[in-house]
Amino acid sequence: MVVTKHIFYIVFFGLCLLVTNSYAAILPADRADVLYHAYEGGGVEVNGPSILVRKSIGDSFSVSGNYYVDNVTSASIDVITTGASPYQEERTETSLSLDYLREKVIMSVGFTSSRESDYDADTGFFSISQDMFGDLTNVSLSYAQGDNIVRSNSVPDFEDYATTRSYRVSLSQVITKNMILGAVFETMADEGFLNNPYRSVRFEDGTAAPENYPRTRTSNAGSIRLRYYLPYRAAVHGGIRTFSDSWDIKATDYEIGYLQPLWEKWLFGITYRTYTQTAASFYSDVFPAGSTQNFKARDKELSTFDSQSVGFEISYDFINKGWGFIDKASANLSYDVINFDYKDFRDARFSQSGEYEIGEEPLYSFTANVIRFYFSMWY
Amino acid sequence: MMNKFIFIVLAAILLGGCSIEPWVKPYERAHLADPIMGFSRDPVSESYLHHVYDAREGARGAGIATGGGCGCN
Repeated sequence: MVVTKHIFYIVFFGLCLLVTNSYAAILPADRADVLYHAYEGGGVEVNGPSILVRKSIGDSFSVSGNYYVDNVTSASIDVITTGASPYQEERTETSLSLDYLREKVIMSVGFTSSRESDYDADTGFFSISQDMFGDLTNVSLSYAQGDNIVRSNSVPDFEDYATTRSYRVSLSQVITKNMILGAVFETMADEGFLNNPYRSVRFEDGTAAPENYPRTRTSNAGSIRLRYYLPYRAAVHGGIRTFSDSWDIKATDYEIGYLQPLWEKWLFGITYRTYTQTAASFYSDVFPAGSTQNFKARDKELSTFDSQSVGFEISYDFINKGWGFIDKASANLSYDVINFDYKDFRDARFSQSGEYEIGEEPLYSFTANVIRFYFSMWY
Repeated sequence: MMNKFIFIVLAAILLGGCSIEPWVKPYERAHLADPIMGFSRDPVSESYLHHVYDAREGARGAGIATGGGCGCN
């Protein structure tokens, strides 16, 4: 009976929100993007294309498809210090999504499939968003589930699974005629084989053993972002995200940026981002010899570290007054430099070469360069 | 009794919300409609950069990236 009452209240409030007014929401614009991406840093090079096409069907539907490739060449510190050979591999990802608009509500459903030699990832999502309060507010609820198969190229018989479930609430709120706020809260639950099958931990006596992670992980992340329109047609934007999980990782990142259109067809942007995180409770750079600790990790992504990045972007509208069926087209170039500084992950190459004792090597750091070059077209 | 009171208060707030006059009128939203004010101006480009971060950081979520594999060793 109590449950029935609660359901009634929820339905009542839901209906109240759904009938707030009669303005209509809009579907995303029809567009196509062809992007080339390149990442280089820490002995890893990744590059490849990404192609997105979005097209509306009638007044109520919009479909989008994305094809994405990572060509990876890796001689990272993890590969080198475990005695493995540098390797090359390819990851391809295809996505398809459908949006359905009905008055002020947009329902979206989509599927992403990623394939590489040792990891298959299939992710499906569903979301519903609603404009309300005179279209000053948009609330979105979404659920995503990823079903992944993990294999190892060095152990042919090895195969395990990993499942990710994600629940997300998003809010977009007009604050003034020059300011908009976005807020997101997302909780994720992982289960299965969550570590990397190639990575190992090391002990004080110089021996090594495979990593062993817990088979469950629960994470919470929340972010707030603001954008402000300046009087001379420019925008400043900033944001903060906090994260914590059941492995005791706590992370925070801040971002601030500035966008300046110039000479009608040009757009220049600069962004600064800083990120800090604490280590997982079972992470250690070196474990005591004969340690009986059950869970062990030496993955630098689970260590204590911080990173700073600066990004520059430039965009040129080479069609901005229509040409045939094309409304607008632009060429865009973005360059980001990211510096990673690890606080408890040491460069094991120095102990393997005999220059330092295990656990006394210099701390590891590296700089990554990220380039995105792409053409966008609206039609 | 308390539940009824909470219900009435919430209903009053929400029904009040149903008649909210938008404090930013539709004709005052030209600046907000400018592409430079979009949270996700270039989805493919921004999704890629989030993937770069997700593959190298312990934190994830509350951004714009979805799906994906690893590509991170």
